[in-house]
Amino acid sequence: MTLDELPRGDRAVVTALDIRGGARRRLMDLGLLPGSAVHAEMTSPLGDPTAYEIRGALVVLRREQARAVHVEPEGR
Amino acid sequence: MSTDLLEEAARLRRGLPDDVGDRIVESLYTDATRLAETSVDRDGAASRLTVDRALDRVLTHRVWGFVAMGVLFFAVFWFTIAGAAVPSDLLYVLLVENGHAWLLDGFAAVGAPWWVTGLLVDGVYLATAWVIAVMLPPMAIFFPLFTLLEDFGYLPRVAFNLDRLFARAGAHGKQSLTMMMGYGCNAAGVTATRIIDSRRERLIAVITNNFSICNGRWPTLILMGTIFVGAVVPPALAGFVAAGAVVAVVILGIGVTLAVSWALSRTVLRGESSVYSLELPPYRPPRILRTLWTSIIDRTLKVLRRAVVMAAPAGAVIWLVGNVHLGDASVAAHLVTALGPIGWVMGLNGVILLAYLVAVPANEIIIPTIVMLTLTLGAPAAGAAPGVMLELGDDAQIGTVLVTTGGWTLLTAVNLMIFTLLHHPCSTTVLTIWHETRSVRWTAVATLLPLALGFVVCASVAGVVRALG
Amino acid sequence: MATPLPTPGVGRTPEPPDAGGACASCALAPEATRLARLGLDPGRYSHVVALAGNPNTGKSTVFNALTGLRQHVGNWAGKTVARAEGGFSYGGVGYRIVDLPGTYSLLSASADEDVARDVLLFGRPDVTVVVVDATRLERNLPLVLQVRQITGRVVVALNLVDEARRHGITVDVRHLARELGVPVVATAARRGEGLPDLLAAIEQVATTDDPPAPLRLVHHDPELERAVATLADQVAARFPSLPNTRWVALRLLEGDPGIEAAVRDGSLGDQAAPTVGAAG
Repeated sequence: MTLDELPRGDRAVVTALDIRGGARRRLMDLGLLPGSAVHAEMTSPLGDPTAYEIRGALVVLRREQARAVHVEPEGR
Repeated sequence: MSTDLLEEAARLRRGLPDDVGDRIVESLYTDATRLAETSVDRDGAASRLTVDRALDRVLTHRVWGFVAMGVLFFAVFWFTIAGAAVPSDLLYVLLVENGHAWLLDGFAAVGAPWWVTGLLVDGVYLATAWVIAVMLPPMAIFFPLFTLLEDFGYLPRVAFNLDRLFARAGAHGKQSLTMMMGYGCNAAGVTATRIIDSRRERLIAVITNNFSICNGRWPTLILMGTIFVGAVVPPALAGFVAAGAVVAVVILGIGVTLAVSWALSRTVLRGESSVYSLELPPYRPPRILRTLWTSIIDRTLKVLRRAVVMAAPAGAVIWLVGNVHLGDASVAAHLVTALGPIGWVMGLNGVILLAYLVAVPANEIIIPTIVMLTLTLGAPAAGAAPGVMLELGDDAQIGTVLVTTGGWTLLTAVNLMIFTLLHHPCSTTVLTIWHETRSVRWTAVATLLPLALGFVVCASVAGVVRALG
Repeated sequence: MATPLPTPGVGRTPEPPDAGGACASCALAPEATRLARLGLDPGRYSHVVALAGNPNTGKSTVFNALTGLRQHVGNWAGKTVARAEGGFSYGGVGYRIVDLPGTYSLLSASADEDVARDVLLFGRPDVTVVVVDATRLERNLPLVLQVRQITGRVVVALNLVDEARRHGITVDVRHLARELGVPVVATAARRGEGLPDLLAAIEQVATTDDPPAPLRLVHHDPELERAVATLADQVAARFPSLPNTRWVALRLLEGDPGIEAAVRDGSLGDQAAPTVGAAG
């Protein structure tokens, strides 16, 4: 599944970034690379974007960015 | 031979997979992760502080998030407006009433020619004193309060809450932050657009910043709301309706910001949305004393200095147009006559337009300039010296002057409120825009677009009202 | 463009910084007697210090603490845009300090990154202080590693350790220093904590004749590794004075336009004199 589908409050691990070049680097700058644990922390009151806890920081991603991040949900 | 090196690099690159750049970066990040994992002990760490999480739950809540935002910003504005009243009055008495009188006495004592006294004391000094008295207290309150919110970490949450509106308008999420800065001072707001990486989105934020009512314009709105709009309802409701009128203009400004952003991002500033990156920092207890100090030095005094530099020559110009005569009338009278027809079409008048011409350095001096021009041109017998900003009494007195001498109606006041929102930025802001964009073209767009909008909206309102009788 | 900011204080005052200033609460105690503020008078500094770091790591706070300037520091990413410069004197020696824009990396993805990269590469500062956030080290280390690939004259200021403590995070400073091969100093610049150690580390790196070599990151892709080695040799042959040939080779393999231009006009080789003020 992709990160935008991760329900709020759930955790997952990044498996792949489906994006190239500068945008990929920006995601890596934000701490998103294969193996990173993410936690869907909260969604904006207007429905988008969503704030994810990634490596100790709260990072905000718009839906189309989150869609490029493939994740494996953590079993609950 | 240096090109050999580049050719060799290109040759080697062809032998590598084409995502080599991504691979290099990824291996760097993998190393960083490994190093972090062996150096950091997070055993004692909660993933995020419970306090932070609880605060975020409220501040980004579907309902409470917006309530909190409204309350916080209302509180900042209220403190600014209410808290500035007393110090402003004090400065006013000191600088405008007494200081002006002392200088007049001093100039008389050394026997300075009347025009020297007029130009320097009635023109330059009085305009500068006005700007300081009106501007310094609200800025000295607004900037520290705003800075406290910023230091606490609240502003990124606002950007988070409002992001979708700005995304729909094709703008950057951080534009909500620069918009907020604009409520203090548009020049500061324009400078703040540096937090937006992409030039396209930054230009949108620069051009629309003017639709945030800045400190210099609040007094005009509040005055018009109080003496004209509030007056049409029973006194019990007057305060409420007056405040409502001001808020309506602010909301109109947000609407215009979004609409203009949308239009720009679909026409001249079309392009990819930049990769959005916003981080919500942990809440940090603000350090109040240091904040007061830095924001007064860094923001308040800087902005004030620019305003004073602009106000001084404006004061000279105002005095000159009131005192230099061409033929049988002063330059001001000629200009007001010439601007009259345009003013009429816009539901305003020539005096207002002239005031906006000469007060381009600082919006603060619009009302005093209007009153001064109205008095000197409308009824020379009213006791005003030409080109001298009068010491204004209470609001009601201003209202009487404008209605009886200036012939103002409710339409004039409402359109002035609209024009206060939709007109060219003050010259300080224009200069800042040029400084930030380094482009004459975009500076011109940012200056003329709001003016054109103001003309269209005011003329439409005037047309509709007149058609309805 | 350098931002001339008002700089209070004068040269070698043998007294602690004036009370009531930014450092009234600083724990500078004994070392403070060696610290004084300097203006930007070029004759008065003998070392150039560059200050790098991710956005929102307290970089500007460190800058302010060292120079006594009072740039406003907000709690959000990316406010310092104009590059600020200041000066201070420590142990009787003048230092000029350049505050670089906050960036996540030096990979030329934005104008800010270009500015930071150019200062480090062409300005060749005597010391580069990389300010990192102790609460999110993994997000900050990529920049540290990139700076280390360019130069060995690095001090890592592990800032916000007070916040890390509050969050229950501990960082093994000695391990980090060993891995990076450069001094790592724990600081809480907001409270002035660790600044004496930071100053001592800056002095040590600035005066050493034998800085560690730039970091060699090994790429686990043999093909890439071979290409880098080949190209690095040629870069070394063309620019013998260059310490960081491997890093330059990597950038060229990636087709970094800024580095290609520097190769073409030969400015990559003119690194002898510090030209910090001119870059950007």
